[in-house]
Amino acid sequence: MSAATTGKTPGKKAAVQAAEPEIRFVQGNEACVRGALYAGLKFFAGYPITPSTEIAEHLAELLPRKGGVFIQMEDEIASMCAVCGASLAGSKAMTATSGPGFSLKQEAIGYACMAEIPCVIVNVQRGGPSTGLPTKVAQGDVMQARWGTHGDHSIVVLTASSVQDIFEITVEGFNIAETYRTPVILLFDEVVGHMREKLVVPKQGELHVADRLYTEVKPGVNYHPYLPREDGRLPSSDFGGVHRYNVTGLFHDIFGFPTEHPDQVSKLIYHLVDKIENRAHLLARWKEYYLEDAEHVILSYGSPARSARHLVENRRSKGDRVGLIELQTIWPFPAQLVREKTAHAKNIFVAEMNMGQVTTLVKQAVVNPNRVFLVNRVDGVMLNPQDIGRVMRTIEGRGF
Amino acid sequence: MERYRFLMSGSGGQGVITMAIILAEAAVIYEGRTAIQSQSYGPEARGGATRSDVIVADGPIFFPKVLHPNCLVALTSEASNKYLHLIRPGGLFLYDSDLVQFDVRVDMRRKGLPMHRAVMETLGKPQTFNICVLGALAVLTEAVTLESLEKVLMTRFAEVHHKNNRTALQLGADMAAALVEN
Amino acid sequence: MAVKDYIRDRFFPHIWCPGCGHGIVLNALLHAVDELALDRSSLCMVSGIGCSARISGYVGFHSMHTMHGRALACATGLKMARPSLNVFVPMGDGDATAIGGNHFIHACRRNIDITAIVLNNQIYGMTGGQYSPLSGPGILATTAPYRSIDAAFDIVNLAMGAGATFVARTTSFHVKEIADLLKKAVLHKGISVVEVMVQCPTYFGRKNKIGGPVEIMEYFREHTAPLGSKKLEENPELIPRGIFREETRPEYCEEYAAIVTRVRE
Repeated sequence: MSAATTGKTPGKKAAVQAAEPEIRFVQGNEACVRGALYAGLKFFAGYPITPSTEIAEHLAELLPRKGGVFIQMEDEIASMCAVCGASLAGSKAMTATSGPGFSLKQEAIGYACMAEIPCVIVNVQRGGPSTGLPTKVAQGDVMQARWGTHGDHSIVVLTASSVQDIFEITVEGFNIAETYRTPVILLFDEVVGHMREKLVVPKQGELHVADRLYTEVKPGVNYHPYLPREDGRLPSSDFGGVHRYNVTGLFHDIFGFPTEHPDQVSKLIYHLVDKIENRAHLLARWKEYYLEDAEHVILSYGSPARSARHLVENRRSKGDRVGLIELQTIWPFPAQLVREKTAHAKNIFVAEMNMGQVTTLVKQAVVNPNRVFLVNRVDGVMLNPQDIGRVMRTIEGRGF
Repeated sequence: MERYRFLMSGSGGQGVITMAIILAEAAVIYEGRTAIQSQSYGPEARGGATRSDVIVADGPIFFPKVLHPNCLVALTSEASNKYLHLIRPGGLFLYDSDLVQFDVRVDMRRKGLPMHRAVMETLGKPQTFNICVLGALAVLTEAVTLESLEKVLMTRFAEVHHKNNRTALQLGADMAAALVEN
Repeated sequence: MAVKDYIRDRFFPHIWCPGCGHGIVLNALLHAVDELALDRSSLCMVSGIGCSARISGYVGFHSMHTMHGRALACATGLKMARPSLNVFVPMGDGDATAIGGNHFIHACRRNIDITAIVLNNQIYGMTGGQYSPLSGPGILATTAPYRSIDAAFDIVNLAMGAGATFVARTTSFHVKEIADLLKKAVLHKGISVVEVMVQCPTYFGRKNKIGGPVEIMEYFREHTAPLGSKKLEENPELIPRGIFREETRPEYCEEYAAIVTRVRE
C-alpha cells in the first residue's frame, strides 16, 4: 500500500534468496504459534481457556515434534510459574490465556518482572470482568496488562491486527523479552485470534531473532547475575550451568541475595523501570496511513484498527482528509510519537473496544485533550466502520 | 471480480464452518485472492445455529465481518429466517430446497437445490453435504473454481475421503449448472 | 567434600529463631547430598515463601526463591526444561497444603522426578503464628484464639492419595533418619514426598504451652514409632515414621521424552 508508511515493523533483514514462500491460511492464534516457533520457542505451559485455547492445542502438536516441551498445568497460575522455571533453565518460554486466566497469571508475571526472567505471555482478550463474555471480543485488559501485578514495575505490551502481523509481532515479543530480560505481553483479541487469513511464513533468517545474552565470566570467578552492564542488559547464566546463584522475588543485590538496604532497593526499582521506560522510543511499533495532511486522525490497535482502516480508505477515496495511526506497542505507551503524529489534527478519534483505556493515555499525550474522542463498543460485537463513522460525523458537525 | 461477502449458516454438525474455511483457503492459496474467514464461537459451535463469514476479494480486506452478505447460504429454516433479512438487494441466496422453508420476500436471486437429498441418494451418508454446497457455490459465483476447491479437499482430508469428496463436489456443481442453464 | 562447602556463607547468620527445627533439616539434607556425591551443577533448590523457603538461599545450589505455594509449579517448568537437574523443593505448611495444595497434588499425580520436603511445624511461623492446615483441632494460634476447629491434613495420606510414588515421614528429632530418607528420596525416580515434623518453639510451642525445642523434640520421640516396629504395634495411637510407599511408575519427564522420540521431525 503506497499510502502506508510503516514505523519500525519487526526488523526485516535484506531479502533472502527468493524461493517459493510458504503460504498458509490460518487463524491468528495459529500465526502466534508459528511466530513463537520461528523465534525459537522451546517451552510452553498453559491451561485451556477461550479464546486462546488454539494456541495450546497447536503447540501440543508442534512442540514435541521440534524437541520442545509442552505441558498442560493444573491452572493458569502454575502455567506462568512453570514458564519462569523453564526460562531460568535457558528455554525460550511462553504461556497463553484469556480473561480470568490473565488475572491468575499476574502474581508470577510480577515475579518475572522482579527476577528479570525473559518470557512471553499471550492474552487473547475477551469480554470481562469476571467470566464476562467468554467467546466475544473486547479490549478491556490494556490497563491490567500494564498494572495487573502489584507494585511499581514496567512491562512491554504489544498487539496486532492481522494474522501476518501476529506472526511478526510474536517474533518481536520474544526478541524484546530475551534482549531486556522482561516479560512481554502479547495483547491480542478474540477477533484477530480466531479469524483466518493469509500468512506468508518468513524464511529462517528473514526476520531477526534475538537470543539470550550469556555471561562470559569463567567458573570460579564471581558472577553477578543482577549487575547490569552499562547498556542496562543483564548477561545470563542458565540453571544447570557453572554459575550457581540465587533468584528471588524479594528485592535483591547484585548476587541475587535478598536485601532491604534502601540504596539497593532504590537502585533495583529504578533499573526495572528505566530499562523499559527509557527505551520507549526503541520499543515503539506502529503503522500509519495518510497522516501528512489528515485533519481527522483515528488512533486504534488490534481488530478495531481494521475497521478504522476500512473507513479511512473509504473516506480518502472521497477526498476526505482522514488518517490512521495503528499502535502495535501499547506499553510503554508511545506518548511522544502520538503527540507528534497528531500535532496538526483537528480531531483525534480513539477506536477501541473498552471504556476508553487508551483514550485516557492519548488525552494525556496530546496538546489539546479536548479534541480527543472515544469511539468504542463494549457489547461483545466487533467495532465496525459504521460505528466509527457515526461518531466522526457527529463531531465534525455533520449529523449522526 | 466483485467482492464476495458470504454468510454461511446452518446447524451444528452440518459442516458449515469447514465449508467456509475450505472456500476461503481455496481462494487464498490457489486463486491468489484475498480472503478472510471468521465464525461465531460458543455453545452454538456444538449444536444449534452455526454461522461463518467469508469475504473473498481481489484487493485488501480490512473489516473482517459480514454485516450484509451478497451471498447467503442457509442449510436450515432457522438459519434462513435469522439471516435472510440481511441480504443485499439482488444478492444470491443458496439454500437446500428440502431442508429450508421460508416465506420472506426480498429482492434476491433464489437458488434452491435439493443438495442434501442428492448426497444421500448418491453416497448414502450426509458427511459430504457441505462439500456438495461448495460445488454449487463454485458454479454460482466467481469466488473460487472447482479445481481450487478440489486441491484444498485433497490436502485437508485423508485419502479415504477423496473419492466421496470429489463426487459430492461434482454433484453440487452439476445441480447448480443445470439451474443456471434453465 | 565438607558439608559446609554447600553453604553460602554470605547469607549467614540465618533468619531462623533459636531452637527452630529447619536448620536440622538443612543439615541432614546437605549430608544426604554430600554422601550421594551429586554433580554440583545439577543441584537446584526451588522454594516458596515462609521460614522453610529460606533454605534455598542458604545452599550453594542453583536456587529459586519463588512465590507462596508456587515452588512445585516453578520446579516443574525447570525440571521439564532440563530433566538432568536434581531438583529439591522444601515447603512449609502453607506452601504444601494451603495456597500450594493444588500444585502439590498435581506434582504427585504427574510423578515428576522432584524431591519435595514438607517441613511440618503445624503453624504459620513467618507471619507470626497463625493456624495452618496441619495444625489440627484444638490448637491455639493468633487466628485461633478460641482453639482451632479445622481438621488437619495427613501429608502422607494426601501424597499417596494424589499418586506420589515415594512417601516418607520422620521428625527433626530423628536426624540420621532424615538424611537416610532424603538419600532414598533423591535416588527414587519420580516424585518423592518426605514429611519432616519440625518444632516451631517460638509460636507453636509457646502458644500451646508445650514448651521449648527440647520439649517438642521429646514429644516427637515419644509420640512416633517406626513402621513395622513392635512399639507401633503395641501403641497404634502413635504417629508412624518411615517409608510408606516406594513404587515404580512411569516418570513424567521420561514419558514426555518418549513422546518426543516418537514424533520428532
